[in-house]
Amino acid sequence: MRTAAAFATPVTPASAAAPAPHARLEGVTRVYPARSGGDEVHALGPISFDLRQGEFFSVVGPSGCGKSTLLDVLSGLAKPTEGTVTFEGAPVDGKVPDGVGVVFQEDASFPWLSVEDNVAFGLRRAGTDAAETRRRVEFAIGFMGLRDFRRAYPSQLSGGMRQRVCIARTLVMQPRLILLDEPFGALDQQTRLLMGDELLRLWRETGATVMLITHALDEANLLSDRIGVMSARPGRFIEVVETGWDRERDSSLAERSEFGAVTSRLWSLLRGESLRAMGQGQAAEKRA
Amino acid sequence: MTAAAPPRASISVRNARDPVLVCAAIVIGWQLLHELAGDVAITAPLPTLSHLLHMVGQARFLPHLGETAMAFGQALAISWIGGVVIGLLLGGHKLTGEVAEPVLVTLYSLPKVTLYPVILLLFGLGMQAKVAFGAFHGIIPVALFTLNAVRNVPAAQLRAGRAMRLSGVQQARHILLPAALPEVFAGLRLGFSLTLLGTMLGELFASQRGLGFLLMKAIDLHDVETILAIAVLISAFAVSANMALLAVDRRLRRGAAPAGHGA
Ligand SMILES: Nc1ncnc2c1ncn2[C@@H]1O[C@H](COP(=O)(O)OP(=O)(O)OP(=O)(O)O)[C@@H](O)[C@H]1O
Ligand SMILES: [Mg+2]
Repeated sequence: MRTAAAFATPVTPASAAAPAPHARLEGVTRVYPARSGGDEVHALGPISFDLRQGEFFSVVGPSGCGKSTLLDVLSGLAKPTEGTVTFEGAPVDGKVPDGVGVVFQEDASFPWLSVEDNVAFGLRRAGTDAAETRRRVEFAIGFMGLRDFRRAYPSQLSGGMRQRVCIARTLVMQPRLILLDEPFGALDQQTRLLMGDELLRLWRETGATVMLITHALDEANLLSDRIGVMSARPGRFIEVVETGWDRERDSSLAERSEFGAVTSRLWSLLRGESLRAMGQGQAAEKRA
Repeated sequence: MTAAAPPRASISVRNARDPVLVCAAIVIGWQLLHELAGDVAITAPLPTLSHLLHMVGQARFLPHLGETAMAFGQALAISWIGGVVIGLLLGGHKLTGEVAEPVLVTLYSLPKVTLYPVILLLFGLGMQAKVAFGAFHGIIPVALFTLNAVRNVPAAQLRAGRAMRLSGVQQARHILLPAALPEVFAGLRLGFSLTLLGTMLGELFASQRGLGFLLMKAIDLHDVETILAIAVLISAFAVSANMALLAVDRRLRRGAAPAGHGA
């Protein structure tokens, strides 16, 4: 059996008394400034919540509600308009902290590099020695099922495979907090399930904290310890649902009756919000 | 995966085949025109080529060739370096780029020949005017291509770099540069042809040395053989340089194009 030991990172042990959150958002909002002929867009918040050390947290919410904006702010790629973000006790301030890995919603693979070189990119820039780089790249490529395509270029891969390249490129950096924005969006249902199981295994074996943005409710349900359900824009958590699954779980969970109950709960929370989000879109169209 | 590497042999055969076919077609067409129009207008391919060889062998000829080569070399350096630098500066700053682009396009659409007298007045008769005119033709397209190349780098790729904690220099060197390179190079190729055009135009009017000058003198003397010989020489240079640049282009686009596009 393959093992994710190559990714294992020493996780700072949470202090015995009160487990410190791995990342914390306090009163965070994000407002995009007005563009010519438009209003400013209040995309997010105010949001306050803690990501617990080592948990698998998913975010679901209607399209355009601010999920990607949340990821931008949490990762340090964008500054919050108001509020503060903290990662491992230190403020995040317009820069991605060491230990945070991000996989974007859009394809961000580098077309001028082969799969191997894409995956090795971050390690080479960080000056990791060649043998270690080779070892980690080898592992990540195998883990993501890209072994046969190591010398291929992104243009020769499907969208889902390219997304896997991006995931591998992030994993080799051994992040302690992994932020994934709909990474399986381009995959079919079966591959999605398999990738979900792989992701769970990776999460268990590395001890990393994972925040996954997804639009598939059963995927969020299956993978997560907690699921944050977001409102229509400006995005806020209307509820954080605890699933209570064992750490040793996999897709066979889907056959249990409690599983169905959680998915229905998510859907009932989201139904109204999705309708509101669609309404926003239509109203905006009418104005335009 | 073996299919990942495009079959090199077939591509190089193709690279060689196309220009050979083009040359063959030109020679045949040329011969036909010669049959129709006769020696007064068009001399036959073979005598013209032997005349060219004879000309190139003469000591008198070399300074003219050198003059043109020198003018073109300098003009090309200005077009390429200046164009890339201008493009990078404008592309790096969003607003400046948006303001400058239409200005450049307008400037470029001017019929440049009409401005040649102004250039002559500014630079005087001689090398400098030719260089200026050649660079004037090439620099704007190179700048426009570079500007767009920088602007079109996908935001997600730059964000990925930031997420991997790249420094500003690393970001420029390892993402911006390779991402923009194929399009910048397309601009350099176009800039090459246009700079050559500009330099030759500059030489045709009001110059005392260079291939363009020889050409004008031959026209005065109605020396058809020399006219055609010089045309062949310049064309051969342009075609082979373009082939070399295309070969580099293909390499740069290796990643960006789907597999086996060259077959
Ligand atoms: N750069 C930007 N400038 C202005 N508005 C923006 C910008 N980026 C996002 N927005 C707006 O902010 C809102 C939230 O966008 P965001 O991308 O975070 O949504 P999302 O929840 O990720 O949507 P999806 O599920 O479709 O990916 C949207 O209404 C969007 O139009
Ligand atoms: Mg999104």
